[in-house]
Amino acid sequence: MPESFLRLLRTREAGLLGLNLLLLAAIAPFFPAFLRPGSLAGLLDDTALLILLALGEMLVLLTRGVDLSIAANLAFTGMVVALLDQYHPGLGLAPVLILSVLMGAALGAVNGLLVWRLRIPSIVVTLGTLSIYRGAVYLASGGRWVNSNQMSPQFLAFVRLQLGGVSMLSWIAIACAVLVALFLRRSVRGRDLYAAGNNPSAALYAGIDVGVMQFSAFLIAGAIAGLCGYLWVSRYAVAYTDVASGFELQVIAACVIGGVSISGGVGSVAGVVLGALFLGIIKNALPLVGVSPFFQMAVSGVVITGAVLINARGTQASALRILERRPA
Amino acid sequence: MQPILSLDGVAKSYGGVKALTSGALDLYCGQVTALLGENGAGKSTLVKIITGIVHADGGTITLDGKPVVIESAEHARSLGISAIFQEPVVFDALTVAENIFITGRPLKGRSVDWPTMMRRSREILAELDPSIDPAMVLGRLSVAQRHLVQIARALSNDARIVIMDEPTAALSHREAEELFAITRRLRDEGRAILFISHKFEEVFALCDRYAVFRDGAGVGQGTLQGMSSERLITLMVGRPVDQVFPKQVVAIGEEVLRVEALGRCLEYENVSFDVRRGEILGVYGLIGAGRSEVMHALFGTAPAETGRIVLNGETVSIRSAQQAIAHGIGLVPEDRQRQGAHLRLAIGDNITLPSLGRTTRGGFLSARREREQAAPLAEQLGVKMSGLRQRVEDLSGGNQQKVVIAKWLATAPRVLILDEPTKGIDVGAKAQVHRLMGELAAKGVAIIMVSSELPEVLGMADRIMVMRRGLVQGIVPRSEATPERIVKMATDA
Repeated sequence: MPESFLRLLRTREAGLLGLNLLLLAAIAPFFPAFLRPGSLAGLLDDTALLILLALGEMLVLLTRGVDLSIAANLAFTGMVVALLDQYHPGLGLAPVLILSVLMGAALGAVNGLLVWRLRIPSIVVTLGTLSIYRGAVYLASGGRWVNSNQMSPQFLAFVRLQLGGVSMLSWIAIACAVLVALFLRRSVRGRDLYAAGNNPSAALYAGIDVGVMQFSAFLIAGAIAGLCGYLWVSRYAVAYTDVASGFELQVIAACVIGGVSISGGVGSVAGVVLGALFLGIIKNALPLVGVSPFFQMAVSGVVITGAVLINARGTQASALRILERRPA
Repeated sequence: MQPILSLDGVAKSYGGVKALTSGALDLYCGQVTALLGENGAGKSTLVKIITGIVHADGGTITLDGKPVVIESAEHARSLGISAIFQEPVVFDALTVAENIFITGRPLKGRSVDWPTMMRRSREILAELDPSIDPAMVLGRLSVAQRHLVQIARALSNDARIVIMDEPTAALSHREAEELFAITRRLRDEGRAILFISHKFEEVFALCDRYAVFRDGAGVGQGTLQGMSSERLITLMVGRPVDQVFPKQVVAIGEEVLRVEALGRCLEYENVSFDVRRGEILGVYGLIGAGRSEVMHALFGTAPAETGRIVLNGETVSIRSAQQAIAHGIGLVPEDRQRQGAHLRLAIGDNITLPSLGRTTRGGFLSARREREQAAPLAEQLGVKMSGLRQRVEDLSGGNQQKVVIAKWLATAPRVLILDEPTKGIDVGAKAQVHRLMGELAAKGVAIIMVSSELPEVLGMADRIMVMRRGLVQGIVPRSEATPERIVKMATDA
């Protein structure tokens, strides 16, 4: 259908895809190696953790909240599963994966309960739990590092499994993106999530419990962050207190670039994935061009601010009609 | 015949303010019942109780002859009650189809069946407005179309009881006629319909029964046959005028402010009036008639697009609140908590805020001058406080309002606009605010008082300007103003 195709072209996601391709096209003449399949798979592998965390963060942003604690959740969960593996290397991988998801979900549920039951603003709640979870990493480890030689082979190998030229880590990100997309698009709770964030008072009138929606978002975001705890520690083959410190800001940036509205109710999985890839391309390409790390931050900053400006432009309120319409 | 839904003695208070004292209402299958009453008569609260948004404090609700407690919006829907609300409760960022099926999306297994949702939306919309595409994002529809989507939502629920809270307020005559045709169809299918409207022509054209509310109580219901709009108005406003308004006799002087043909796209047009030294001009109308919008044009916070403002004989341009203040115009806004007062700041800081320029010494703010400025005003207005350093949020509503008024008195305004100055404050504070308005007028201030309370307007104003749907319906001198006449002008009875 040409009309629906045209509509698709006008979406923010299509624009973002175009921007990503443009960026790759601009890099290609100078560094042809950047576009080789192996490099692109590497780019995806580098960005997979950002994509995963951004998917969870998006759910929270959709309900008008924000989760600043996901990177701390990741570090805490990552440390706990690394210690589990260190002291019980014979357990295998299944307990590690299950524990990381459950523990992450539990930490997310703490955020969710405080927001839902006590009606504390999510930025305040997660600012607090950010410090608590980060401090808990120190408590769990006594400030020690868990290094790669203390990790079991299967603990390290899983994320590096190659399937069709793409790493297991990337496949997990892809699978997670598909699941979250299905959840948001096809499940009742997923649709209610959008409604609750888009207009909380109207959601109340429609019989949707806004608090439960907020709780669900934090729960899922926590579970994903917990899973990422294992994935991160395994991929970088080290666990310590400051793992992924400050990473939550990059995650929120990926969401905002991807068109997720900070004021809730608007955002898509495709947008978030493209937003994360956009940051990933910049991060991987700028060093090639010889831009210093300090200037890289400035470039990312300009891009994020630009994305926020574009977002703000689309949400201007129109005047309510009071005057009677008259026949022309 | 037995009513399908019957409310008896239903009461509801919000934090001590009685919104409903003894609501009585019977709805019958296959009949359209008109719910009539002034602003604040308790109609909206009644609708919220029936739709499960709020719980009644007392009284009984009977559905199908059995007593029932409506727990939640979801529960109301499962009982077959659906409502079309005055303020569109819709989701701008979602598609039209989802807005229609927000409470009951079609499912295939456990997942949302989008194709069916689109198809059924298209079927329902075909009877309302075929130009609405169910896949469109709702934010791109006009206000009238948004209302149609709400109606589509009620149709999709297949409700037995349909409540329409001023559904035609945003519709053109033709669109309203189409809505009536749909309403009659719903009625003939055996549904009970509650129709809230201020337009008597609609009520008589569409409805079978009436129920009138006044001051939170049902004051009469029955069949419309043999009723006249005059008798309905008498029921609506027929309260004893026991409030005594301290109206002072003030010699009215020369013109201070005149506006000519003020207009703003979609909101109001051709608004012309003047106000004189010592005069109180009352501005009456239903909620949403465009009164506050005009006041914001005078204050520069939402400037008019056409027309001109003449202040002391000179045409002035007011594009911001700063300019309005410089011209000697003050505005006590309707929303005291958000627009009027800075709740977290001290009383003294609130009072001196718009006139800080007058409290400096050698370019720096002087705490002593601020105190000298604020203290007499707080005393003059009789603000009950522990001291100027007390925070405004700790005061009662009436005392908060006095602080907001004091703040504008500190600027020594020539024109003072008060938007719903006594809304939500107790009787004692109300009388003090009224007395103060009289004193200000006696000092030569020109006062514009926007109010939805008929007794207040009749009691305080020298002239009453009535607005309806963004247009001035007329300006009535005090001597010629009767409740019936003013309500008739405001509602087009």
